[in-house]
Amino acid sequence: MWDYSEKVREHFFNPRNSGPLADANGTGDVGSIKCGDALRLMLKVNPDSEVIEDAHFQTFGCGSAIASSSALTEIIKGKTLDDALKVSNQDIADYLDGLPPEKMHCSVMGREALQAAVANYRGEVWSDDHEEGDLVCKCFAIDAVMIEETIRGNSLKTMEDVTNYTKAGGGCSACHEKIEDILVAVNGRLYSNEPKAKKAPKESPVKPQLTNYQRIRKIEDTLEALRPMLQRDHGDVTLVEVDGKKIYVALTGACQGCQMESATLGGIQHKLVEALGELVQVLPVGAMAHN
Amino acid sequence: MKPIYMDNNATTACDPAVVEAMLPFFTEQFGNASSIHSFGAQVGKALKTARGQVQSVLGAAHDSEVVFTSCGTESDSTAILSALKAYPERRTIITTVVEHPAILTLCEHLEKDGYVVQRLRVDKKGRIDLDEYKSLLDDRVAIVSAMWANNETGTLFPVEDMAELAHAKGILFHTDAVQAVGKLPIDLKSTKIDMLSLSGHKLHAPKGIGVLYVRRNTRFRPLLRGGHQERGRRAGTENSASIVGLGVACDLAQQHMEAENTTVKRLRDKLERGILAKVKNAFVNGDRLLRLPNTASIAFEYVEGEGILLLLNKLGIAASSGSACTSGSLEPSHVMRAMGIPYTAAHGTIRFSLSRYNTEEEVDRVIAAVPPIIAQLRKLSPYWEGDGPVTNPEQAFAPAYA
Ligand SMILES: Cc1ncc(COP(=O)(O)O)c(C=O)c1O
Ligand code: FES
Repeated sequence: MWDYSEKVREHFFNPRNSGPLADANGTGDVGSIKCGDALRLMLKVNPDSEVIEDAHFQTFGCGSAIASSSALTEIIKGKTLDDALKVSNQDIADYLDGLPPEKMHCSVMGREALQAAVANYRGEVWSDDHEEGDLVCKCFAIDAVMIEETIRGNSLKTMEDVTNYTKAGGGCSACHEKIEDILVAVNGRLYSNEPKAKKAPKESPVKPQLTNYQRIRKIEDTLEALRPMLQRDHGDVTLVEVDGKKIYVALTGACQGCQMESATLGGIQHKLVEALGELVQVLPVGAMAHN
Repeated sequence: MKPIYMDNNATTACDPAVVEAMLPFFTEQFGNASSIHSFGAQVGKALKTARGQVQSVLGAAHDSEVVFTSCGTESDSTAILSALKAYPERRTIITTVVEHPAILTLCEHLEKDGYVVQRLRVDKKGRIDLDEYKSLLDDRVAIVSAMWANNETGTLFPVEDMAELAHAKGILFHTDAVQAVGKLPIDLKSTKIDMLSLSGHKLHAPKGIGVLYVRRNTRFRPLLRGGHQERGRRAGTENSASIVGLGVACDLAQQHMEAENTTVKRLRDKLERGILAKVKNAFVNGDRLLRLPNTASIAFEYVEGEGILLLLNKLGIAASSGSACTSGSLEPSHVMRAMGIPYTAAHGTIRFSLSRYNTEEEVDRVIAAVPPIIAQLRKLSPYWEGDGPVTNPEQAFAPAYA
């Protein structure tokens, strides 16, 4: 039932820094009672150095919400406010050796509580841009609001588009029906991939041949454009070798060896095929040794 | 210490007698009931016995009214889709807001295909309004589907009365009795219920076996077409081992029916009273006067259910929560919402569901375990201060994006 790491369990059973903090000078209350997760973060900040001398929390929420709150207080204690604000929700999840996809919102809540508490200390008004929908894609922890906004913002038409922009649907594919429902809700109908595929062969003969140099530049530019998406998940990609139609890349960080590595490579390949206008194969560096 | 299992509405342990009866059907009794030779004939006989045992626990008039399926969910889908096929000019389904997802998700899906779904609302004790129900019965309705007993609170619907009313208007009536069969005496032949779903794993039979009762002369359209099994109403080679196990489980349920409604009920009542006496800001959900004898749904205010379950689990106690965060959706259960239970209590709802295997000693252990767990979590809660809720909890803690 619970796919929690040992670290999550440990922080849940023995939460650090729980309960009110008498001399707090910055407090952030965030969360949603409707969703059953809400958190009050209390900071004691040294006014001269802006170092967080103490941090406490009170949480109404599930096991991982309590563990994430506990982890957050441990991470930020001793940091300056500016350094603390650099803590991402992924950092909180990493500190706990990962959270199940259904529970990633707990770490998001931790980061937002921190922003709210810092704003409160600085006498600013914090407003959240928080909107979260039902979890649609469990493989990548992508919710309905994110999918819908991405479809609207980029005029996406097909299932494949959604996967390329959000990664949702790029794993086990069990969420495709739900994603197609969102596509229909936004576009009024479902477009299939076929028309595009038919056009492609007609276009390619007229495309001017790229020089080797131009081709590699193009590959690099395409990877560059993909980088922010990978970095959002603590991963990265570098180009290693181009051998004809075979493009070898190294995935690093969270992407490397993760169960989604092949899906990520698939996404990169798709972009490169589009950019180069020819069929290429994207392979992990590991595959080079075997050839 | 021996673990305590109080999550019998989720699933039950197979009774050892059930397992024993099933074993030969994995080995020497492997035949296909449809075969002419003796391998098949013996299995055929065993299926007939089991059909009779199910007939008996349901009080059905004929054993041919029993259709074996693969689970409660399949039975529910078969019943509703059959009615829509059999009465194509009728496009409305009446159901309730508190049904199991086996009904609700199907109905939502059917709405996309243009069917009209009327969902009866419930009051804060989980009861429907029969007048509202009556006002919806007309000749556009293909089927009414209402659960006999609610899986989260145990609250019973007056399905026999509802079936009479539907029958008087010529409308089919189906009940999801997955939680009721084996816990309540049932006599279908004296009712107007046309179809009923049951699921083996809720009454100490294995998972993956169910039954759809279909009253003789009910217009029926199969979900699975193929061979002639189940008289053509559910094609597919019979799951003989599980069917035999279900038969034995139905026999045992009848033998223990009395104990279920006396001994088990007394233990459930003791558990509720024991916990409520020691934990304040807690209350029982559902209709206390009209509910299953085994189910206790208790709301603990200002704490969240998953934390309670994790701490109980650490002490070897298995229960379940009324908040659905554990299943990945963030809203509290649709049943709690439908009853208007405030979020701060709905999220802290725990369901203890007992069976004939639970003992007095186990109940005492749970009564002792719960209060310190609630106290421990309330210490972490922004709504709690010292030994009571903060004054004006809703104002004192009003998080952004609440
Ligand atoms: C009321 C109700 N209906 C249907 C089901 C589904 O039964 P099954 O798991 O056999 O498909 C359940 C159990 O989960 C239930 O409690
Ligand atoms: S759930 Fe979306 S790809 Fe697996």
